[in-house]
Amino acid sequence: MAGLLGIEELTRAEVEAILHRAKYFQPVQEQPLKKLDTLRGKMIVNLFFEASTRTRTSFEIAAKRLGADIVSITASGSSVSKGESLVDTLNTLAAMHPDAIVMRHSASGAPHFLARYLATPIVNAGDGTHEHPTQALLDALTILDRRHALEGLRVAIIGDIAHSRVARSNVHLLAKFGVDIVLCGPATLLPQELAQIAPGVSLTTDIREAITNADVIMMLRVQLERQHDPPLSAGEYFQFYGLRLEHMALAKPDAIVMHPGPINRGRELSSEVADFQRSVILNQVENGVAVRMAVLERIVGEHVNGSTAH
Amino acid sequence: MAPLLIKNGHVIDPASGHDGVADVLIEDGRITAVAGHLDKEGAELFDAKGLVVAPGFIDMHVHLREPGIEHSETIETGARAAAAGGFTSICCMPNTLPVNDNATVTSYIIERARQYAVVNVFPIGAITKNSAGEELAALGSMKNAGVVAISDDGRPVMNACVMRRAMQMAKSFDLPVIDHCEDLNLSAGGDMHEGVQSTRLGLRGIPASSEDVMVARDILLAESAGARFHVAHISSRHSIHMVQFAKKRGLPVTCEATPHHFALTDSDITSYDSSYKMKPPLRSECDVAAVFEGITSGAVDAIATDHAPHPGSEKMQEFEKCPFGIIGLETALGLSLEKLYHSGKIGLRRLVELFTTGPARILNLDRGTLAAGAPGDVTIFDTELTWTYDVNRSFSKSKNTPFDGWQFQGGPVATIVGGSVVWRRETP
Repeated sequence: MAGLLGIEELTRAEVEAILHRAKYFQPVQEQPLKKLDTLRGKMIVNLFFEASTRTRTSFEIAAKRLGADIVSITASGSSVSKGESLVDTLNTLAAMHPDAIVMRHSASGAPHFLARYLATPIVNAGDGTHEHPTQALLDALTILDRRHALEGLRVAIIGDIAHSRVARSNVHLLAKFGVDIVLCGPATLLPQELAQIAPGVSLTTDIREAITNADVIMMLRVQLERQHDPPLSAGEYFQFYGLRLEHMALAKPDAIVMHPGPINRGRELSSEVADFQRSVILNQVENGVAVRMAVLERIVGEHVNGSTAH
Repeated sequence: MAPLLIKNGHVIDPASGHDGVADVLIEDGRITAVAGHLDKEGAELFDAKGLVVAPGFIDMHVHLREPGIEHSETIETGARAAAAGGFTSICCMPNTLPVNDNATVTSYIIERARQYAVVNVFPIGAITKNSAGEELAALGSMKNAGVVAISDDGRPVMNACVMRRAMQMAKSFDLPVIDHCEDLNLSAGGDMHEGVQSTRLGLRGIPASSEDVMVARDILLAESAGARFHVAHISSRHSIHMVQFAKKRGLPVTCEATPHHFALTDSDITSYDSSYKMKPPLRSECDVAAVFEGITSGAVDAIATDHAPHPGSEKMQEFEKCPFGIIGLETALGLSLEKLYHSGKIGLRRLVELFTTGPARILNLDRGTLAAGAPGDVTIFDTELTWTYDVNRSFSKSKNTPFDGWQFQGGPVATIVGGSVVWRRETP
């Protein structure tokens, strides 16, 4: 595996292999001694051109728990602010021979563009409004903690779909398992073309329709920083697209509520839903480390070419 | 200068209807005869057996970047690339530094071209001062200095009232108005055609409607002003249909299509390669089908390249940061032969028309024909020759093209301007 740029190009078997390995790493998170030496002597660069707390920290912890060394760089403190181009920044880092570069960038396709010029494997930690592959993997792992399989589930993804890399990666992943995917949001944030990017996707602007019979409700953050002309006021948004406890009666009785974070209480979901017993938001964060360990091991590890999956 | 006698070529001259093997004689820079068997003592001979001999090709839409942006292209390098693409005349858009919005800049371009260009260069003047869309440029004096049309290409006139006045003035100076039809509010922030692929890639879309609403506006304004209106690089289905409709109503509305808009679709943008980024963007399959239909039905009058050089440093960036545009002079004929002729969509005569009489008529140029007395501009091409485009050997200063490494069946063999061979394909 050269790197991990997105979920779309992975096969179902590859997704299963990563999830299988991530399950193996789940108990490690609760052991008193959490550090393994799988990637001892390996160096990973964490390069974040966009603000991030959980993803950056999660990759750092994952790398350290595997015994790798990791250096984290944020764009504001780097040569980017001195006018260096992205390619030159990456070439400079690559010249120091890290074993992988984990990167987040506000431009869709930035890691794909760099991968054409760089031999170092790149792990996409979120590119613009395109993909966020490790988020979809950790979401799948979190669902599988509570369901035997993904097949046959109904998953509603609700919010600013247009600008969501989380939604795209989840759509690609869930579609590989035949999940019934319902995307829901205000019309201007719900591109009709999404129904054509993967099988099993339907769209609705009605949150009640989306939630009805859902096994999983994924709420998305309202990405004000990417919306150039927000279609709804905050109040109107919450009224029509905010998840409230009363909605839960429409979903399956054991339906779970997910959110990639950071959550905005009272904007996309009510405070009661955030603290609801079937809200698994913190489990997602926990699983993030296990999934990223599986991904880093797969990309940086030397003797793992798929065999670790078995 | 010795006379030039082109022997035994398949002469296709849409203006006269000539279509068959003949010789072409050029003396003192002008065509003097086209006939079965010509002889001329002391003439330089060009054996064109098995080749097509056509009037010199005209590209009515190029960016030469001079004055002001010479690190991307110059009049000299752009003209050399044009010659290598089989073009004998090119029309350069006014978005230089400074903008060609007055007779001084127009004269400068014409003088530089006279000194350094191996092909004919016809400047296009700006519609508004600095192409800012507010105040009309000096249309009349630019016309006197030599512009053949006006356009604010790349910075379309958003204010309908300004455009209306421009059309009225253009009518009185007998200049065609070329518009890069794009509603800048609808396209704001967009990087590629809005569709399934932009949604998949997470790139902001440029809806086809951003082109359509401006084509509609301009057709209506042109009708009321009685102006000649030309749609640059038409790319969308509805725009083609509107031009068809305007033509049916007898309005002097014309349009051009670029090779990339019929050779590629938005689904070719898979790897965030900025060589596929241009305006208008590569459209959907059904838009491309409409462009083909426009070419076969006659709604499209000309093929133009929109040759837009950008240096590697600007194109080697994140997709959303890269400037729009690709170079196209050297690949236009190869792409047209492949996608239009070899695919069986049009015959050679129609193909030649799109490169010659089509643009000549729009711009009122006394070119695009092999009639006796016409300037001695000739394009000689081979429909079968197999060749591979290597952008590193391009005459252009810039290398931004999605067609590097493409293998073509058919392409230019020699370019003759005013009776002189200015480019000839090296025999492999």
